[in-house]
Amino acid sequence: MAGTTPLPARRRRRFDGVALLLVCLVLWQAVASWTNGIAVSPPLVALAYLADLMGQGSFWGHVGATFAAFLMAFVLSAVLGLLLGLVLGVWRFAGEVWEPILAGFYTIPKVTLYPVVLLIAGLGMSAKVAFGVMHGMVPITLLTLASIRNLSPTLLRTARVLRLPPSRIIAWILVPSCLPDITAGLRIGFSLSLLGVLIGEMFSSQRGLGFLLVSGMAQHNVPLTTAIVLLIVVLAIAANTLMLRYLKF
Amino acid sequence: MRGVVRHYAGPPLVHALGPIDLELARGAFFAVVGPSGCGKSTLMDVLCGLAKPTSGSVRFEGKELHGEVPDGIGVVFQEDSSLAWLSVRQNIAFGLRLSWLPKREVQDRVEHAIGFMGLSQFAGHYPAQLSGGMRQRVCIARTLVLRPRLILLDEPFGALDQQTRLLMGDELLRLWRETGATVLLITHALDEAAMLSDRVGVMSARPGRFIDVVETGWPRDRDSRVVSDPHFGELTARLWSSLRPESMKTLGRVA
Repeated sequence: MAGTTPLPARRRRRFDGVALLLVCLVLWQAVASWTNGIAVSPPLVALAYLADLMGQGSFWGHVGATFAAFLMAFVLSAVLGLLLGLVLGVWRFAGEVWEPILAGFYTIPKVTLYPVVLLIAGLGMSAKVAFGVMHGMVPITLLTLASIRNLSPTLLRTARVLRLPPSRIIAWILVPSCLPDITAGLRIGFSLSLLGVLIGEMFSSQRGLGFLLVSGMAQHNVPLTTAIVLLIVVLAIAANTLMLRYLKF
Repeated sequence: MRGVVRHYAGPPLVHALGPIDLELARGAFFAVVGPSGCGKSTLMDVLCGLAKPTSGSVRFEGKELHGEVPDGIGVVFQEDSSLAWLSVRQNIAFGLRLSWLPKREVQDRVEHAIGFMGLSQFAGHYPAQLSGGMRQRVCIARTLVLRPRLILLDEPFGALDQQTRLLMGDELLRLWRETGATVLLITHALDEAAMLSDRVGVMSARPGRFIDVVETGWPRDRDSRVVSDPHFGELTARLWSSLRPESMKTLGRVA
């Protein structure tokens, strides 16, 4: 769709984006000045600190650790969530039983379960990934389940009238008609598994962006925490924008 | 070859239908009217093989159906069953996706069906851009490309306005004449049944049985203008006098 947008509209949208960015920077600067840099560093200081960090090899190790954990957590969330959602959506009875249980589990603040996760999974990578999956999988499951359950019965009858075998019903009817809901689920799962991984790193890890953030807090290194927050925010927004652009139906 | 459909259905938990005995000659246009909830849609499910009869049997072209839709039967549902993610042309071609026909033949059939249903200008549109009547035409065209020998329509015009319904009825008649297919139309509209079909079966309140079968006596070459024929009024009146006590029963049961 982006390619067909007329030029003035596109220029306008770019203007809107720049305006929003400027407002954010002004607010940021205002908060920094108001708190004398104790809560957040001003934009220029944070950017300079971030540039300095990027010159250090150890920083990229932290970024890599977070990225690896997040990638694993998201892929696991997506695969498990889609499979479970498919099974529970198709097998109606199981779906009715499990949907309230999953939704109930999801209202628990999962941080409270973190000690348990830590003791089971151990310190380090596996705990981070497990925590990311705990956050990301359930919404993907629930949205997939709901979307399959809401599949129009008429379409299924049409498939039977056309004598489509089950594999074709899934590929030609189920997947295309559920795709919008499923991508919405994946987008939510994406941000939540990132959240889970970062929280995991903040509590129990010696590596990763979450760990840097917490150590910045502990040492009262405000430019460090501000720079890390900036990096995470920029990456998350960029990923979300990309997904919105390419996965929109 | 003679297309024969025969069927008896006994009681499941809810006794929805029957016993019913029905035989359709090849090339006939048969309409079924009945009070709401009398099992018309159940009848159709059983006829096309989507549902098995509790007892009795359904035969199509001499072969008994076993819970699946046989080759040669096309079905059009009451609800819109167009596929939102495909264009009109792709929707119509969807009916043939599983077939082993040569590409050329598939294309020819699809283009013919598009033209026949008056969808040429909309072939590249998506269902969301079309009116309800247009979408129903897409579904009919999708059935048409299969070249069915028996077409079952379950209240296909139920969601359309009266004028569109009359015109769609004309197109259905044209389709019936030009394809030579057997047509079974389920409807709640007495005028639709009286105007379109050779024979009309009137169903009773649940459990649905045929209480009357009316021969309309229209010539094969007819269209919606038969409504101005005095005979049309007589037919509709006769259908209603058979149906009225049954409809009252249904209402009484609900109230």
